[in-house]
Amino acid sequence: MKPKSVAVVGAAETTKMGKIPDVSVLGLHADAALNAMKDAGLKPSDIDGVATAGVSPVELAQYLGITPTYADGTSVGGCSFMLHVRHAAAAINAGLAKTILITHGESGRSRVGAGGFGRNASSLMGQFEMPYGVTSPPTMFTIPVLRYMKTYGVTEEDLAMVAVIQREWAALNPRSSFKDPITVDDVLNSPMIAWPFRMLMCCLVTDGGGALILTSADRAKDFPNKPVYVLGTGESVETPMVSQMEDFNSSKAFRVSGKKAFEEAGIKHADVDHLMIYDAFAHLPLYGLEDLGFVKPGEAKDFVRERNTAIGGKLPMNTNGGGLSYMHSGMYGMYALMESVRQMRGTAAAQVDGAKISVCQGVGGMFAAAGTVIFGNEA
Amino acid sequence: MARMLPEPTPETRHFWEGCKDGELRLQRCTECTHSYFPPRPFCPKCGSRDVEVYAASGKGFLYSYVINHRPRPDMGTEPHSIAVVELDEGPRLMTNIVGCPQTPEALQLDMKVQVKFEKQTDDISLPLFEPAKG
Repeated sequence: MKPKSVAVVGAAETTKMGKIPDVSVLGLHADAALNAMKDAGLKPSDIDGVATAGVSPVELAQYLGITPTYADGTSVGGCSFMLHVRHAAAAINAGLAKTILITHGESGRSRVGAGGFGRNASSLMGQFEMPYGVTSPPTMFTIPVLRYMKTYGVTEEDLAMVAVIQREWAALNPRSSFKDPITVDDVLNSPMIAWPFRMLMCCLVTDGGGALILTSADRAKDFPNKPVYVLGTGESVETPMVSQMEDFNSSKAFRVSGKKAFEEAGIKHADVDHLMIYDAFAHLPLYGLEDLGFVKPGEAKDFVRERNTAIGGKLPMNTNGGGLSYMHSGMYGMYALMESVRQMRGTAAAQVDGAKISVCQGVGGMFAAAGTVIFGNEA
Repeated sequence: MARMLPEPTPETRHFWEGCKDGELRLQRCTECTHSYFPPRPFCPKCGSRDVEVYAASGKGFLYSYVINHRPRPDMGTEPHSIAVVELDEGPRLMTNIVGCPQTPEALQLDMKVQVKFEKQTDDISLPLFEPAKG
């Protein structure tokens, strides 16, 4: 993809965030979509492409009254929306559609119209992981971490520090679920979930949604908001079973996706002003910093402890408070994209002064998939 | 509550039959010699369909784990390990470490472990691991 050929012209989250017991999953998609259309000054009849995960793009199009010439139902977990942006950029460049809507909505906490968790005992995961008592992400996403900690001398305090610094960012954001400051001791004294993970090292469970609208850069100038350009994108997938990750010290999907996005954008790490790394758990920003090449393997813990990613640091990261303190409905990737777009528009609650380039890294499943989007605000 | 158990498919049946017979069966490519898991009728490294099933040693070391303090209802009420073992033959697999306290002190990374098959039903025995003896 040619950098800056496609731009985000509409972006909005659901009207409410957190506990929304009176709206279904599909309703959250629609609420976010209508907010994004309003943000862009568009009507459903102006949209000719749809992409979503969680619900089907068919369901979404019919519900909103859209007749698309492009539909993307890529569903690889929480980073699906990064892949949707990537595919939308390619589709717009190829002329498959002009104006593409990407939505997310999830009733993670209230489970309104959310359906159940399917379990297939004959799938590979059903045969070779489920019998050993894995329940949900806290017992799967965390499995590689003791190995990573031993390899690089990472401590429980290092994991706790990630949560502490993100809470500092969350305090600046009126829409954050948790705003009260926490200390490393608070994190280490919070209830044990799955050793070595304590509750405050794990993401929230909330309700919410978000939506993006993309179009070509030449049309983007005519929209009410400052266009946010797509500079580069990447994606990859590795394994549906965390036990089969090639290397427990590093995510192959992160490395492949990140490399591709940086190459496409033609930027260096030093050019990056703002960073989002999907933080379902406290170890993910550490893996992300290393696998994206911001620091060398094993150096992320020191980079975070030295407050490089904190307020006033040289690489502000997860400035919305992240999945640990802002919100996490299940597929958090959309909220990371939202914060990158706000930072590029200059409208974030914790705005990074003069930020021109934002890298947004998503993860899907338990290190199963990855998507990277690099945004810029200069044409 | 009965433990959640696997439903074998034609591609994995040899593995579960092996567990029932007290044998940890892996597969190996006869062209490139790569050993792999989970089961499939072709080599994930070179794509060859010329693969064979063989009995692994059942020995390996503790690669990584968590101790789940909120067990699934079918897993009892006490905290238990969910572990990944690296086998001497190379492949890794998920399992539980049994026969020792379920504590960080007792569960040291890189400790030697050996397979212990635990019968669940007439059809299914699970390959669990315990600290290696001797």
